[in-house]
Amino acid sequence: MAKSIDVSDLNIYYGDFLAVEGVTIPVAARSVTAFIGPSGCGKSTFLRSLNRMHEVIRGARVDGKVLVDGQDLYADDMDPVNVRRMIGMVFQRPNPFPTMSIAENVLAGQKLNSKRMKKSEADDIVERSLRSAGLWNEVKDRLDRPGSGLSGGQQQRLCIARAIATQPEILLMDEPCSALDPISTSVIEDLIHELKKDYTIVIVTHNMQQAARVSDTTAFFNLAGVGQPGRLVEHGPTEKMFSNPEDPATEAYIQGRFG
Amino acid sequence: MTSTLQPTSPPTPSPEIAKSLRGRSLPTWAPKAIGALSVALALVGVFGPVGFWLVFVAWLVAAIVPLWSMFVEGRRKATDRFVTLLVTTAFVIALFPLGSILTTVVTRGAPVLSSDFFTYSMRNVLGEGGGIYHALMGTLLITAAAAAISVPIGLFTAIYLIEYGEGKRLARWIRFLVDVMTGIPSIVAGLFAYALFVIFFGPGVRMGVGGAVALSVLMIPVVVRSCEEMLKLVPNELREASYALGVPKWRTIVKVVLPTALAGIVTGVTLAVARVIGETAPLLIIAGLTDSVNFNLFDGRMATLPVFTYFSIITPGVPPGPSIERAWGAALVLLIIVMLLNFAARLVSYFFSPKGER
Repeated sequence: MAKSIDVSDLNIYYGDFLAVEGVTIPVAARSVTAFIGPSGCGKSTFLRSLNRMHEVIRGARVDGKVLVDGQDLYADDMDPVNVRRMIGMVFQRPNPFPTMSIAENVLAGQKLNSKRMKKSEADDIVERSLRSAGLWNEVKDRLDRPGSGLSGGQQQRLCIARAIATQPEILLMDEPCSALDPISTSVIEDLIHELKKDYTIVIVTHNMQQAARVSDTTAFFNLAGVGQPGRLVEHGPTEKMFSNPEDPATEAYIQGRFG
Repeated sequence: MTSTLQPTSPPTPSPEIAKSLRGRSLPTWAPKAIGALSVALALVGVFGPVGFWLVFVAWLVAAIVPLWSMFVEGRRKATDRFVTLLVTTAFVIALFPLGSILTTVVTRGAPVLSSDFFTYSMRNVLGEGGGIYHALMGTLLITAAAAAISVPIGLFTAIYLIEYGEGKRLARWIRFLVDVMTGIPSIVAGLFAYALFVIFFGPGVRMGVGGAVALSVLMIPVVVRSCEEMLKLVPNELREASYALGVPKWRTIVKVVLPTALAGIVTGVTLAVARVIGETAPLLIIAGLTDSVNFNLFDGRMATLPVFTYFSIITPGVPPGPSIERAWGAALVLLIIVMLLNFAARLVSYFFSPKGER
């Protein structure tokens, strides 16, 4: 499990509009990489291009290479559906399926793909996933209750459980804590530390303290001006990025002088 | 330095601020009492022996409230009360035809209803007796066939428009044509179905399924519209959540989008059925009328409740009494069916709506 990602020279477009330009970045296996930067600089867009969720939007396309363990995700014969099975994603706003119970939500990846499995196997997956998402003790007595009845923080952990239930190699998180209170946030940050042992995690965050707390590597995105494409300014080990960044823009952003 | 909250007694309001915040108002009983008086007068006017003019008196009595308010409370509140009066008046006026239809149909139709009325056809019936069995079955069969034709077409069209057609020229054209279709007069739909069946079966063709085709021409745009609205309401985040789990698009639509929108879709379809079940003109042309039971949609004339009602009134025979009574009975049955459908739509939207959101 857990694969590394190598992005080289990736341009991301919405129709004719170049949204993100020339990103080259390696992501090591079993590490947490945080993307930081001001709003609209293309962090989320770039994250979504890593599991080909980007092209769900009409007219959106990319060129360049995203290699996962040496395999190009954008090669002609790649099936985006299979790519997404390998690379899970957690969204900014918790989005459990409202028609499903908590257990069904965890099993959604299997159920929606009509995978047949024994009841015991399914129960195993539910328990294991909810345990690793740190939600098991809170919901074990009400697994058949609707997932939308949980609190925001619990819903987000349910979504994480759902994402890891399919045992992806890589987990992408798009501002997973921005809609949550500090306590839920710290639970999820602890969870990220736990998950790091098994998964390669890429997280987008607006919260620089969060990036400093959870990530091993940090990448700073910025855009030159309105209507200009976002760029990757620099990336490096988190400690170095926060103590001694190379680019003055990074330093300004991290110290809170803009953004 | 820290400070703790000292318990303080609530301050007494200064006279100036109390005066500026407080307004003069009518005694609270006044609008209620006048309203009650007005309603009582109106009821007497409608049902009592005095005459209908009492309803206008009742309205004038109700109009006292805004006038009085004008002098006591000032313009803003008077306007509020006046508009309230107007809205209520409009509501009551709108209720009049509904109440009138309901009471007339129920009082004239209810005595006719009996077990014979539901289980006998009109075959070999002259004068009294007979029933609507054949017309009831015809209506149910033709409407069911119409639903069977229009629900798949309408639902798939809506799925195309929402899930696949976004921003495409074809989708814009389909939307436009659906809008145009909404405005097709029902008689034109009937003529269309007739013309279509004449091509295959020759002039003078009468078939139940032709009626179903005519009704589905009227029903499809309604189904497309309501399904489209319901699919639009499904948050995009759910689709993305499903894609991100490696679920293909078609499975996402079948297993996430449709179940989430199911309650609304079923409600919309039920209401569309209720909308077409009372259509007369198209069925008059293509399904015709018969006195006998006909269960075969593909062979010969089929009676339906609206057409049966129409002919019972138009050609009552001699003596006309029993036939006209049967017409009221059939009208009442049709009304009951529509109300049951609306009720069913309510139940469905209650039981099928996503868990946890009731």
